[in-house]
Amino acid sequence: MSGLQLYLILGAAVFLLGLHGLLMTTDSIRRLIAVNLMGAGIFLIMVALAGRISPPDPVLHALVVTGLVVAISATAFALRLITAAARVDSGQSAVPDKASRLASKSESDVAEDSRP
Amino acid sequence: MTLELMPDIVLGALLLLMAWGALYAPTRYDAMALFVAFGVVVALIWARLGAPDLALAEAAIGAGLTGVLLMQAARQLPAEASVTGKRMPWFGSSLLFLVLTCAMFAAHILTDSSFKQAGIDASATRLLGGPTVPEMVTAALPNSGVSYPVTAVLLNFRAWDTLLELLVLLLALTGVRQLYPGTPQHPRANTASPPQAWPVLLSWARFLAPLLVLLGGFLLWRGASGPGGAFQAGALLASAAVMLRLTGLLPPLRWSSFLLRLAVILGALLFLGVALASLAFGDGWLVYPTQWAGALIILIELAATLSIAVTLSLLVIGESEDLSS
Repeated sequence: MSGLQLYLILGAAVFLLGLHGLLMTTDSIRRLIAVNLMGAGIFLIMVALAGRISPPDPVLHALVVTGLVVAISATAFALRLITAAARVDSGQSAVPDKASRLASKSESDVAEDSRP
Repeated sequence: MTLELMPDIVLGALLLLMAWGALYAPTRYDAMALFVAFGVVVALIWARLGAPDLALAEAAIGAGLTGVLLMQAARQLPAEASVTGKRMPWFGSSLLFLVLTCAMFAAHILTDSSFKQAGIDASATRLLGGPTVPEMVTAALPNSGVSYPVTAVLLNFRAWDTLLELLVLLLALTGVRQLYPGTPQHPRANTASPPQAWPVLLSWARFLAPLLVLLGGFLLWRGASGPGGAFQAGALLASAAVMLRLTGLLPPLRWSSFLLRLAVILGALLFLGVALASLAFGDGWLVYPTQWAGALIILIELAATLSIAVTLSLLVIGESEDLSS
């Protein structure tokens, strides 16, 4: 067993573990963590494959750097949506501390809509 | 099973343990803490695999900013309602399926001869007799304007990826801003006066922030010839801003400020401008003239660092008074 093989198996294992977590958990934060684990498994496979030659393949490293930043921005957006959804579930407005303003705004929207 | 594989095996076992804990720890707080630890182990694995750029980016982003993001979100969520899946009906059988699938992958990887040969001989990965992609990168490196192959790939050979990545960051920020429309009329009490931070934390933040800015600048400058670059520098600057903001040392980053909005779009704007200029006056979309390539890459990296730092800070700690226009 070489290091390459070890890390390929590890990447597959982390991806499958993430998939398992995504299917089995119900808490939205845990499910987001599960998606991130799947991404980490794929990054691991890519970096392990980059190490198949010496020096390591720079193209795969660059792709993973790009992927990391995309993953964090997607995670940040998903967390904002999760908190907004939780606010809606608990009966508040999706937009924080704007409930009264939104209510008056929707009344004016209705007034505008009723105009021809 | 040789002795030199021991660090890899230990790291691999740690990784699986952290991943398992991040999914099935008893409380949500434990799960988030273990996910941060997972990021640290992944950063160590990148360093072990000879990818220092990735180790730097992962340590700043995966282990640092993700933790702040998760804690911020969990603070606003109600307590976890149901149990964490361990008592769910299909848990055992799906776990068995998982282990079997893993074993199948492992058997394939361990028995396939192409995986055994790879790593010893670069020609084993050669397809159709042409030069491999890493060989093409090495051959084109002298004309790229920088001497470090990963930076050359990111900002010259595959500059499309980086341009689109900056646009993805902008898109995420735009999406987050949809949740905070309008002017803040009644600033909430808890954001108007940030909670008083622990004194040791305050003094550490004052000590660490200048160091982080210095380190970010070094990584940006270093990126042309070694590990480092715009993303790592941007992530470090963002973590400095997040730390100062959380300890209340930094005033809110106001979206209504023209300079902030300019900083957010500067990277993508400059990159697009260079791309259009190279299309109109040069050899094509994002093909830099050889004698200008080095200067253009540094210029784009500077603007991209600023944009990445500001966008990431807003994504991580933006409250309604930061994000409302």
